[in-house]
Amino acid sequence: MTAKLSPTQMAWRAAQDIDDGAYVNLGIGFPEMVAKFQPPGREAIFHTENGILGFGEAPAPGTEDWDLINAGKKAVTLKPGTAFFHHADSFAMVRGGHLDVAILGAYEVAENGDLANWSTGPKGVPAVGGAMDLVHGAKRVAVITDHVTKDGKPKLLKACSLPLTGVGCVTRVYSSLAVIDIEGGRFVLREKMPSLSVEDLQAMTGAELHITAPVADLIVPEL
Amino acid sequence: MDKTLPDLATAVAGISDGMTVMIGGFGGSGAPIELIHALIDRFIATGHPCELTVVNNNAGNGHVGLAALIEAGMVKKLICSFPRSADPVVFTEAYLAGKITLELVPQGTLAERIRAGGAGIPAFYTPTSYGTDLAKGKPVEVFDGRPYVQERWLKADFAIVKAHLGDRLGNLTYRMAARNFNPLMCMAAATTIVQVSKIVEPGEIDPESVITPGIFVQGVVQVENPAQEEVLNRAKAVYPEVSA
Repeated sequence: MTAKLSPTQMAWRAAQDIDDGAYVNLGIGFPEMVAKFQPPGREAIFHTENGILGFGEAPAPGTEDWDLINAGKKAVTLKPGTAFFHHADSFAMVRGGHLDVAILGAYEVAENGDLANWSTGPKGVPAVGGAMDLVHGAKRVAVITDHVTKDGKPKLLKACSLPLTGVGCVTRVYSSLAVIDIEGGRFVLREKMPSLSVEDLQAMTGAELHITAPVADLIVPEL
Repeated sequence: MDKTLPDLATAVAGISDGMTVMIGGFGGSGAPIELIHALIDRFIATGHPCELTVVNNNAGNGHVGLAALIEAGMVKKLICSFPRSADPVVFTEAYLAGKITLELVPQGTLAERIRAGGAGIPAFYTPTSYGTDLAKGKPVEVFDGRPYVQERWLKADFAIVKAHLGDRLGNLTYRMAARNFNPLMCMAAATTIVQVSKIVEPGEIDPESVITPGIFVQGVVQVENPAQEEVLNRAKAVYPEVSA
C-alpha cells in the first residue's frame, strides 16, 4: 500500500494556495472541506452557485434554516458581510471571470487540462449542475482527486475517455500523491509524497510527468 | 390594481395540459410546495393538467413537491441541471422507465436562458459546454479568438414560485438563498403566480428592498408558514397522503 493523502488532507493542501482576498467556489463533496483550512490571517470569500457570497460553516444540528443552504443543499450559516443574489447574478460572477479560484472533483483529467467530472457514460441519470460554468469562469481551476481509481487505474491521462466537462480548463491538480500543474499541454510535477519515487508516481500516471524544477516533498499534517 | 388571489386552487386554475411551467426553487429553498400540491389536487380531481414540461434546477426529492408532481404522472419533460438529490427515486424510476424525458442544461446556462427569455433576448453565446456532449448540435462562434456556444432563450406559459413578502401590486422580497431562480422565472413566464408568506400593504416593502418589481407578477396568494421540502422529507412525508 502506498501512503496517500486523505480527502481532508488534499483539501488542506489546496487551501494553502488560496490568497487573502480571493473569491472562491468549492465543488460539492470533498472540495467543500477546503473552507475549513484557510491559513491564519487570510480571508477568502466563498461563493455558492445558489446565490450566497461569504457564508459560514454548518449550523449545529437542529438549528438549520433550509432557506440558507449551499450548492450541495447542505445548511450553512450567515457571517457579517454575507450577500444574497439571484442565479443570473451568481453565474455572472462565475462566467464573467470574477471568481479567482474554483476547486472541483474529477473522474479524469487530461494533460492538456481537459476535465471529465459529470458523467460516467450513458447509463443512469446524467447531472451537470454548475460544473461546466465554473470551469470556464474562474481565473484558476483546480482539481482535488485520488491519483488513481478505486481499482488502481490512472485518473491523470493523455486524453479523457469519459464525457468532458470542459476543454483545456484545469490548471492544477491536488492528487492523493502529488501536486501537478498543467502548463503548455503537459503535466508538470511540483510536489510528491516523500515516500514515493518519481518512477513509482509515473507508473500510476497515464501521461508523462515533466520536471522543470526541483520537486518538493508533499507534506501535510495529520488531520 | 389587485393581484392577490383568494386561495391556492384559484392560483393554479389557469395551468392546462401541455403547458411549460417554470417551478421556482433550488432544492427545497424557494420551492412553492403548496402551489405544486394544489396543482396535484386539481389533477386528482379532474385529470388535468398533464403532459407538462417543467423547468426547475432539480428533479425533486422524496415524495413531496416536484417529486410528487412527477410521481402523479403529470410531467412529460423536465428541463434541469441536476436531477439528483438525497432521495431522487421518483425521477430516476420515471426516467429509466422512459416515462419522462430530460433536457440537461448547465446551471448557469439554465439561469441565463431563463433571464434571456424574460429580457426578450432570443439567443446568447457562452463558453459553457463548449467541446462537450451538451453543446452537440448548437452553433459555435469565435469571438476575440475564443469559441462560444449559442444558447436559446427559455420562456414558459406559467411560473409558480415562492417569495417572502408580496403586495397587491406584485412587488416581492425573498428570504435568504430562497431567491435563486425565482426572480428570473417571474420575468420569463407569460403568467407568474407567487405564493408569499405574507401579503402586505403597498409601501410596506421599502422600494429599495423590492427584488422582483410587480410588473413581472400576475398573481399573489398568501401561504403562511410554508412547508419546507427538507422538513417534509425528514418526516418521510408523501403527497398526496394516503387516506385510511
